[in-house]
Amino acid sequence: MEMVVTDLAVARGGLVVLEGVGFTLRPGQALVLRGPNGIGKTTLLRTLAGLQPPVAGRASVPAESLAYSSHADGLKATLTAAENLVFWASVYGTGTVEAALAGMNLLSLRDRRAANLSAGQKRRLGLARLLVTGRPIWVLDEPTVSLDTASVALFAGVVRAHLAAGGAALIATHIDLGLDEAEILDLSPFRAAPGAFAHGPDRGFAEAFG
Amino acid sequence: MIALLIRDLRLAFRTGGGFGLGLAFFLLVAVLVPLGVGPEGGTLGKIAPGILWVGALLACLLSLDRIFALDFEDGSLDLLATSPLPMEGAVAVKSLAHWLVTGLPLTLAAPALGILLNLPPAGYGWLVLSLALGTPALSVIGTFGAALTVGLKRGGLLLSLLVLPLYVPTLIFGAEVVKRGAAGMEVATPLALLAAITAGAAGLLPFASAAAIRVNLR
Repeated sequence: MEMVVTDLAVARGGLVVLEGVGFTLRPGQALVLRGPNGIGKTTLLRTLAGLQPPVAGRASVPAESLAYSSHADGLKATLTAAENLVFWASVYGTGTVEAALAGMNLLSLRDRRAANLSAGQKRRLGLARLLVTGRPIWVLDEPTVSLDTASVALFAGVVRAHLAAGGAALIATHIDLGLDEAEILDLSPFRAAPGAFAHGPDRGFAEAFG
Repeated sequence: MIALLIRDLRLAFRTGGGFGLGLAFFLLVAVLVPLGVGPEGGTLGKIAPGILWVGALLACLLSLDRIFALDFEDGSLDLLATSPLPMEGAVAVKSLAHWLVTGLPLTLAAPALGILLNLPPAGYGWLVLSLALGTPALSVIGTFGAALTVGLKRGGLLLSLLVLPLYVPTLIFGAEVVKRGAAGMEVATPLALLAAITAGAAGLLPFASAAAIRVNLR
């Protein structure tokens, strides 16, 4: 269950943004991605999540092991907090959502519609989704946006418990999560040479159907 | 898959979900046309099959851009794409959900509107049958259009331009079934072609829609 990334190059909008990225993520390990805005953290995470193909290199992710969390929470405003989680729990074929609600301190909000939650509460609900996926490798893009310090500490505790249970986490963030055991990978050295074009337009069709 | 269907249906029926909009639009078309055409002679009865089918088609079009746009905006389309659900299956389920909240109510309401349009009595059964066979194709083709335009701001108009030409065969054969049925003629040929379009679209287009979504999510 380890994720091995070797010599990976990723592109956004047809331009290569990162190249030569390589790391290994083992069970129980947390890796924090750092780098200035626009370096390609989100693009790297989307590539690892399989949303877009890499330009070069390879990322070997064990099948059915990855849970991706993006900038957006993916919540439905007209569903309650519990209904939002139940949907994802049944998509991933896992059981109850109680533990996830309790883990992110959402039990008192379970019957509130997501539209009525505050930004921080929505974020916590979005992160609770990770707990119902039952997946070992978490790929998190800016998980702490709009969280207060108490919630960040709560989230760090959840990640720590996940690591202790043999999970792994790859986190792109600008702030200090308080995860002392996390290793830090600075992406700045992997910045691609300016103006490197990814590939011609014709490859897209084959990739979409392949 | 069932979870996704239940979620989409639940979203459609909750406040602001848009259930009933298509039906109300269909009703308005069927009420306005007699007012415009006038009651005299057999004109209304003669054009009724065409009006009902065009109305159903436009009502279907009304809610197409919601199929993926909302999921794209709140990020759940990304999450669905990384979930264990195959994208082809998710797309097919979304088409089905769209048909259940749009095509099916239209089919059931059509006979009542046939009365407003003075449809000959022999045509009612064929009207329901042709809509039941034809509207699934409208949802599946529309889902394909929605998949192509997902992520475009104000993609609704482009979606209509893309999808309406693809609706032409369904419209022709669907209205033909009702026209012939109302006149007491043989309907087997247009009915078979209508069913063939639906079967072909439902079998092939989910794969194309899934591919379009994958490209658009990059």
